[in-house]
Amino acid sequence: MKKLLIALFALVPSLVLAAGGPKIEPTGIDWTEQLKDQESLQRGLGYFQQYCAACHSTQYQRYGRVAEDLGISVDEMRANYIPTDAKIGELMENAIPEKDAAKWFGAAPPDLTMVSRVRGEDWVYTYLNSFYQDPSRPFGANNTVFPMVGMPHVLEELQGVPLLQEDGTIVATGGQLTPEEYQQVVKDLTAFLAYSAEPVRLERERLGYWVLGFLFIFFIFAFLLKKEYWKDVH
Amino acid sequence: MANKIIDWIDARIPMTATYNRHVGQYATPKNFNFWYFFGSLALLVLVNQLLTGIWLTMNYVPTAEGAFASIEYIMRDVEYGWLLRYMHSTGASAFFVVIYLHMFRGLIYGSYQKPRELLWLFGMLIFLVLMAEAFMGYLLPWGQMSYWGAQVIISLFGAIPVIGDDLTLWIRGDYVVSGATLNRFFALHVIALPLVLVVLVFLHLIALHEVGSNNPDGVEIKKNKDENGWPVDGIPFHPYYTVKDIVGVAGFLILFCYVLFFMPEGGGYFLEKPNFEAANPMKTPEHIAPVWYFTPFYAILRAVPDKLGGVIMMGLSILVLFVLPWLDRCNVKSIRYRSIIHKLNIAQFTVSFIVLGYLGAVPATPALTIAARIFTITYFGFFIALWIYSKNEKTKPVPERVTFK
Amino acid sequence: MSNAPVDTGRRRFLTAATAVIGGAGAVAVAVPFIKSWNPSAKAKAAGAPVEVNISKIEPGQLIRVEWRGKPVWVVRRTKEVLDVLPSLDDQLRDPNSEEPQQPEYAQNPTRAINPEYFIAVGLCTHLGCSPTYLPDSFGEQVEGVASGFFCPCHGSKFDMAGRVFSGVPAPLNLVIPPHQYLDDSTVLIGVSEGAA
Repeated sequence: MKKLLIALFALVPSLVLAAGGPKIEPTGIDWTEQLKDQESLQRGLGYFQQYCAACHSTQYQRYGRVAEDLGISVDEMRANYIPTDAKIGELMENAIPEKDAAKWFGAAPPDLTMVSRVRGEDWVYTYLNSFYQDPSRPFGANNTVFPMVGMPHVLEELQGVPLLQEDGTIVATGGQLTPEEYQQVVKDLTAFLAYSAEPVRLERERLGYWVLGFLFIFFIFAFLLKKEYWKDVH
Repeated sequence: MANKIIDWIDARIPMTATYNRHVGQYATPKNFNFWYFFGSLALLVLVNQLLTGIWLTMNYVPTAEGAFASIEYIMRDVEYGWLLRYMHSTGASAFFVVIYLHMFRGLIYGSYQKPRELLWLFGMLIFLVLMAEAFMGYLLPWGQMSYWGAQVIISLFGAIPVIGDDLTLWIRGDYVVSGATLNRFFALHVIALPLVLVVLVFLHLIALHEVGSNNPDGVEIKKNKDENGWPVDGIPFHPYYTVKDIVGVAGFLILFCYVLFFMPEGGGYFLEKPNFEAANPMKTPEHIAPVWYFTPFYAILRAVPDKLGGVIMMGLSILVLFVLPWLDRCNVKSIRYRSIIHKLNIAQFTVSFIVLGYLGAVPATPALTIAARIFTITYFGFFIALWIYSKNEKTKPVPERVTFK
Repeated sequence: MSNAPVDTGRRRFLTAATAVIGGAGAVAVAVPFIKSWNPSAKAKAAGAPVEVNISKIEPGQLIRVEWRGKPVWVVRRTKEVLDVLPSLDDQLRDPNSEEPQQPEYAQNPTRAINPEYFIAVGLCTHLGCSPTYLPDSFGEQVEGVASGFFCPCHGSKFDMAGRVFSGVPAPLNLVIPPHQYLDDSTVLIGVSEGAA
């Protein structure tokens, strides 16, 4: 027992580094608003499948549901976003077995279905913007919000080679995209991950307005009823 | 026809008589204020928890391998599963909000005093069982916070001398929190504790209706009856308090549904962020805190620089509430007619409890630990001071009749 | 208590209005509880239409595929088998498939889109056992008929179009599931042509 506790406490500082890392600035982006932009979400899904899905699963959601929510037809989904051996109703599981992945990367790449609920959308957005070249790392890249990150900068061909400046900013050159275009890619990706973390978010709020509206009316009648009966009490 | 059916039933069980005794002709003081909503609201939340809980078990998988995914299955694949789940998770926090306010009401109006000691004790037992229920329920999603929270809390029992290590092993049924622990917590959470809870709530209500409700003036309305034996300051529960409680329910539901539909995570306090990550026995989240409703007691635990001492103090901080009826030796119930010392004492106790709640939720630093120690002392100080000054307390005269409007 | 006159009209109206609104709310609350019992996305995915490649089925052979957890048979019927079918009509309970046990496009003498392939849910219409396919020993059950289906549970008999014989417990012909031919060698079981 004691050993376990000691191990726990010993783990904590290293974990703060690994899991927490530096605090991030709020981006000021209204992610609920972003969720209403289906085209952005579709692009986000595309980038995710192209750049992330080789290692990271989103195994709690199904292709079919994603297609439906993002306004993608089943045929289009099959043609562009689903691996050939997967079915539309299946979970978006990873092709690489976890054990192999753990062998290659040191730790298995985490499932990203709920990453934006664990870390926050702003964190995901900032994280994707914070890779920089670091030849001392096994994959040649490091990250200012996730020091010692165990993955390569998969979007490098789009962003270009990001170099960490003396003032802490990151400047990338030689990518396929302009910095503005790259920001949009990151935004699309983050929006998609925000969607996948809670696909019901928009529906939840829509329903919420109806429920609250109903309750206000109910409250008024209940209040008048109470007033009426309590006229008896002196 | 309807009358015939009622007569038929009444000849066999006392249905109408029971209804009259507890609702139709239950004499309730007419001067209940805002604080008296929370009893009926607690009942509402209990029903919500029971119903949504039963429905969640229909799709939940109580295994270490399947639990986390089954929650996401409920959130995504089951029609309206997300709503049932949020009703249950928001309901858990709402339960404690309502119960704490309900207990606070009892505290300020002296509802624990003679002849309501047993009523208070049943209430405290409900609170204790509710804490166990909440703690075990919190393990079920099998997220990071579920797992490590359970690991830490169960480890507390390891502080007990001699049997501690064997006891923790027995509670977990494994060397760490595991599927075995999850299974037994699931059984207790969905069957055993709810049964106990419902029985205790029943006893709580029976005890209440036997001695009658207290009120903001702390006047016993039964002492002043009219020629028909009806308390002059009493009104029948139905229709007056049914219609009033409906207003309370509507108001409560507006707040409840606002949280449910617009911030179900409750700012990371109702559903904690690390719990959206599946339990990983190899990796602790950077900051483990219990859910907000346990944090005052957790702060007391951490404030004591000794493992066993901390566990004892935490246990005492809850147990001391049980003996409140005997610590308060004053004959005046309501804060309205008690001394300024008592008012200040209750104020400082309220502040202590809230500050401890905050301190238990944030990572401990040396300065905050000192603060936690100070407020632990003032928390217990409330009870000690109460026992001392209540014997010969300078109180104001209590009116003969309740004050109304 | 007061003796002031009570406005009973207003009181009754407010009571009724609050009760109606509250009742509507209670009904609305019941909706998620009721709807959560519908098949989940997982169940629907598992119950999705199934594609079957029929090009490798030998004449006379039966293959089983699972659709919505039920066994679905695909039998390649020989010309001899098909030729026997009309002669059995007077021994059958529903020779012309008048009961709605099949989609419209299979309400024909062979109960199939393509007579060569018989596609049916392999569950007896009596109490749900799966009948046995007797490709050449069915004569022991019905004299002079070489092949058919025999239910081991209660002895119901069906011909090679899944039509039930008279005098057995099963009341109805075997169910033909909705299906369509995607091409000559592929059948999609679970959805009719043109349906979404």
